[in-house]
Amino acid sequence: MPAYRSLRDLDWLMLALVAAICALGVLQIFSATYDTHYADAWWKQLIWIAAGFIAMWIATLVDYHTLLGQVPVLYVLSVVTLGATFVLGMTAFGSRRWIGTATYHIQVSEFVKIVLVLLVARYMTELKSEQLQLSDLLKLAGLIGLPMIMVMLQPDLGTALTFIPILLVGVFLAGFRWQYAVAILVIVAVVAPASYYLVLKDYQRARLISFIDPSQDPKGSGYQVIQSKIAVGSGALWGRGVTKGTQTQGRFLPVPHKDFIFSAFAEEHGFVGVIVALGMYFVLLMQIVENAQTAPDRAGTYLCMGIAAVMLFHVLVNVGMVVGRMPVTGIPLPLMSSGGSNIVAVFLMLGLANNVRLRRFVN
Amino acid sequence: MKLRADREHQQIADSQLLRDDSKFASGKIAFFQYLMVGIFLFLITGFWDLQVRNPEVYQERAMRNSIKSIPVLAPRGKILDRDGRVIVDNHSSFSLFLSRENLKMEHLKPIAEGLNLDYDSLVARVRRFQSRGAPTYQPIPIKEELTPAELSFVESHKDADTFPELEVIHVQHRLYPRSGFAAHVVGYVGEVSEAELDTPEFARFHQGDVIGKEGLEREYNDILTGTDGQRRVEVDSFGNERRVLSDDKEAIPGKPLQTTLDLDLQAVAELAMENRRGAVVALDPRTGEVLAMVSRPAFDPNLFAGRIRSKDWKELVDNPDHPLMNRAIQAQQAPGSTFKPIMALAALETGAIDDNFHVNCPGGATFYGRFFKCHAKHGGVDLHRGIVQSCDTFFYNVGNRMDIDDIAHYAEMVGYGHKTGVDLPHEAEGVVPSRRWKIRNFREKWYPGENISVSVGQGATTVTPIQMAAAIGGIAIGGMWFQPHLTKDTDTVHLMPARRGEVNLENIQKVISGMYGVVNEGGTGGRARIPGIDVCGKTGSAQLVSNDAIKAGFKLTDNMKDNAWFVGFAPRQAPEIVVAALFENGVHGQFAAPIVRDVLKAYFDKKARLSQAAPQIASLPPLFHPPAAPTTAVSAPVRDNP
Repeated sequence: MPAYRSLRDLDWLMLALVAAICALGVLQIFSATYDTHYADAWWKQLIWIAAGFIAMWIATLVDYHTLLGQVPVLYVLSVVTLGATFVLGMTAFGSRRWIGTATYHIQVSEFVKIVLVLLVARYMTELKSEQLQLSDLLKLAGLIGLPMIMVMLQPDLGTALTFIPILLVGVFLAGFRWQYAVAILVIVAVVAPASYYLVLKDYQRARLISFIDPSQDPKGSGYQVIQSKIAVGSGALWGRGVTKGTQTQGRFLPVPHKDFIFSAFAEEHGFVGVIVALGMYFVLLMQIVENAQTAPDRAGTYLCMGIAAVMLFHVLVNVGMVVGRMPVTGIPLPLMSSGGSNIVAVFLMLGLANNVRLRRFVN
Repeated sequence: MKLRADREHQQIADSQLLRDDSKFASGKIAFFQYLMVGIFLFLITGFWDLQVRNPEVYQERAMRNSIKSIPVLAPRGKILDRDGRVIVDNHSSFSLFLSRENLKMEHLKPIAEGLNLDYDSLVARVRRFQSRGAPTYQPIPIKEELTPAELSFVESHKDADTFPELEVIHVQHRLYPRSGFAAHVVGYVGEVSEAELDTPEFARFHQGDVIGKEGLEREYNDILTGTDGQRRVEVDSFGNERRVLSDDKEAIPGKPLQTTLDLDLQAVAELAMENRRGAVVALDPRTGEVLAMVSRPAFDPNLFAGRIRSKDWKELVDNPDHPLMNRAIQAQQAPGSTFKPIMALAALETGAIDDNFHVNCPGGATFYGRFFKCHAKHGGVDLHRGIVQSCDTFFYNVGNRMDIDDIAHYAEMVGYGHKTGVDLPHEAEGVVPSRRWKIRNFREKWYPGENISVSVGQGATTVTPIQMAAAIGGIAIGGMWFQPHLTKDTDTVHLMPARRGEVNLENIQKVISGMYGVVNEGGTGGRARIPGIDVCGKTGSAQLVSNDAIKAGFKLTDNMKDNAWFVGFAPRQAPEIVVAALFENGVHGQFAAPIVRDVLKAYFDKKARLSQAAPQIASLPPLFHPPAAPTTAVSAPVRDNP
């Protein structure tokens, strides 16, 4: 196996798209914060992006098979660290998600995602049978369920939910008896209403209610959705211009540089900007899926598809929330939302997708 | 390192042998791709709905979110005296308004509690504004002259999540001279009432507007009232202003009103009437310009400057001395002996008497079987002495020789029985009795015996101080009557042309000669004498209770004592000023004479001063005391009006 792989084999289109989306993100962070006390968020984001590219480079170089070999270690490490956040973690906005100091901290659950993607890839490639057996499924669900419940208890429902598409896409690709699917649907149908009352916290329930009818709660989550829709709608076709959106600049939008960054973007860049940005996300995801198709082995396919699924889920839930078509869950928009852990985690995932691509012609 | 990685890689590959079937899931991946397309279309349709299909709705809502219209209240024009000195000024204060664009009824309760307002009347007020259909950008004024404590309450509650409707506006508040100086002339402003809005005079105003309600403030609303402007600002969700939009409507300040009043004379007249009831009017008979106008007791117009408190209002209305009444134009009182010059003129003109007409005064005379008293035993009296000594017996006889309608004719000629047309609201017209008047009001015919009382200014005759000043002033300049007026700007007041009476100048000279004697020849008005100035005048002591009643044992209380009048002008040859003073319950006209003398003296002193030296402005006692302005310790984001 050659030690050096040609730079030509890197996914340059993907890198260009990532750079472009990040640039839009930085611009929007700047615009949304330039006269607030978050005004330094845009250059912090630049630093994170630089760190992300380095992380991506490393994730590209180390053979993904090596990483797959380390899944048990990584998994245990993840669960232990998640456990540690309960003890050592710092509380902010009523939940305990971060580890570190007030200035330097990481959101562990963002990195657990990557471990779970690797876990599913490893698990599926090691299957003996053609189709996924119920016992395998339960085992896998258990493996994912443990960190998921830990994250839910932080409480961070949004990030916990991002673990589900990892499992779903793996199970879907591995093949599965449709009867199982029906059975699971029935169970979900029973469990969901019960968990609404037993598991969900008040604020989570409020978010669900306000998703169904935003006007019910015009000052809480419903307020956020209403203000977001006003921001998006007032952007119209061409947008109101950078730093010109009244919803963004007047702080009517909640966290316009984080979870609602796309709302701010849509206000200031309009429908045309939205099409360009979503178009880039689409091509980026398609590139990852193509990497899955050209992967040298099943593990590579699972890996890329897991990454594609997580990112697609992020885009769907975050952007859907912005236009009122998804409930407010508070998960960031990959590559655009301000925030270090998410940026580095996404870059790591993209690095893994590149990793698979680099090794497609092996043998 | 490389070897180890390769080895592990080899282990996995060996155990599963999966390299050859990387296309195992191509169908499912294709499905995933379609799913992606579906999801992106789903998201894009969301943006399509909001941004392309009906962005106007959201643009409108974004605007309502962030754009606030703040009225810029135009300051009223100042009221100046004839030399341009300020009588009525403005001062800055903060008023609280409720912006109607984002008003929520359920906020009224906590707002009322926070600012110690009556909740029910606040709600009623808001409803009234809403029912009037005033434009929504017009906010509702709810409190004036905010204190620092109230300002900080507003400051801490006006963010988007609490009470975004709260709006503090910097306003120019009316500032009137203190202790009721010229209060009745300038009048006062107040918030336009529901009833007033229905009248044509105030139809152009809106709920909440401050308008002139009385006096010059009311008469010249059109000049003094400016045009309110509007500032449109972009606010953030905390209600802080982010930037001012360019589509401002500038406020146009009201124009200043220059009056004919002379602050110096006004001050002297005010001082002369201190602690008295009555009125003083000083006119320039050559033009009709009002130089001074005082009515006492007065009120403090500053009480009205915003919304008057009901307690203050009740006090003013219930006061038996009627301080709100402008006696100078509204007190209709019997002129008493001040009517005698007019009687004399009428008698001479109609030929009822001639120069040789003499009467013996034994202290009264009997007409139609009834004795009419004179205030002294004057002996032989001719016209000149009749006026100088104010002999009633003489004028009883004059009246007895005349027809009431002739008396009425001359009384009306000098301006009695009609409004003078002075540019103030609510002027009274007084009464000039005549046959027609008697029929119309009592359905009775006139008895000649009634002439006797009329001839000495008693009976039904009533006049106002301004009528008296105008009437005597017109006689003084030879039978020409100019419409009294208060504005210097004669374009804005429609002056009637001067009325020229068809009178013989010789007869006028005889009357004036008598009035000169009143002051300078030991007559009743000696107290009006000014050395070096030829002052002419006439006293009047008008009874409020008839002699019969007094004889019947009626006990006179203080407020039934005779009214004292004095009307005087100077100089005799070319009159420049005429002053009428009514001193209610002053007992005798001679006690009103010093009031007139003070004003006349002030006039001529000033004239002498001005002709001697370069014109200088007389120093005035401090008239204004601005209310304590809100301290600047509170950082209110209120900007100056342009």
